Amino acid sequence: MRDFYGTALSNGLMLGTAQYPSPAILAGAFKRSGASVATVSLRRESGQDRAGQDFWQLIRDLGVHILPNTAGCHSVKEAVTTAHMAREVFDTKWIKLEVIGEEDTLQPDVFGLVDAARILTEDGFQVFPYTTEDLVVADKLLHAGCEVLMPWGAPIGSGLGLNNIFGLRAMRAHFPDVPLVIDAGLGLPSQAAAAMEMGYDAVLLNTAVAKAGDPTAMAEAFAASIKGGQLAHAADPMEPRDMASPSTPVIGKAFLE
Amino acid sequence: MKLLLNGALIDAQVATLADLIAIEGFGGAKVATAVNGTFIPALARVDHILSVGDAVEVLAPMQGG
Repeated sequence: MRDFYGTALSNGLMLGTAQYPSPAILAGAFKRSGASVATVSLRRESGQDRAGQDFWQLIRDLGVHILPNTAGCHSVKEAVTTAHMAREVFDTKWIKLEVIGEEDTLQPDVFGLVDAARILTEDGFQVFPYTTEDLVVADKLLHAGCEVLMPWGAPIGSGLGLNNIFGLRAMRAHFPDVPLVIDAGLGLPSQAAAAMEMGYDAVLLNTAVAKAGDPTAMAEAFAASIKGGQLAHAADPMEPRDMASPSTPVIGKAFLE
Repeated sequence: MKLLLNGALIDAQVATLADLIAIEGFGGAKVATAVNGTFIPALARVDHILSVGDAVEVLAPMQGG
């Protein structure tokens, strides 16, 4: 697996922390899967209940890398300001940069994304941009200073899987040295395995685990599939072919007609 | 002075952002602040003078995907 801004991860599972039935189940999903990265966010805090403080303690106790996001931001200014606030709160240069451009699909505003990525990398951030599989946009993000790309598999929370296998495969081939993460849209472990078999370095998911009937079991299933896909990619899979080819040797076969 | 704190109208007798953070119960909490859409680092709160009508955001860690 390629490094992420000089950080080697123990595995390719980046797991979101939202929508779990309880904090205990959230923690259980991380423990059972061994996920290496937790994505987190920032929201308004109340001076009375200080709910964010308990969550922060829970996340710290997980002992994983923290990847704050700019989820819900629709403009460059909003995303940049949120990133600065996240850097101070979470004490990390990492930022999962989201600039949402369209409400129905939560598709990234790739123009704003490139602008925000440039501003943030110049300010010392290590940007993980939530983008599409568009190669031109990807190239601009790299020129803006990103050293990681995170194309979507499908719209956030949809569970549709890898909507554009060809585009994602082309991205892997086009940027052989860039760490690539499938971010969003996965619903099943087999889809994560397919991403890793293509040579992706990690997958980032949340809803598929948190909304499963048994989130901790599903987290483990994703971890196993990711490992399987990664091993398969390293093992250099065979090329598919259109016609059959006998696997049992024909030479020496008895003539019984 | 009247301020907007996380979108709610409040009346607080404070001079600085640090004063507001303390009086509203955020003392010692892991929070980040912004005033009128501009990030104000923790170390700068004590010098940031608030004005009537300022919109203050106080954000804390939260679940995210």
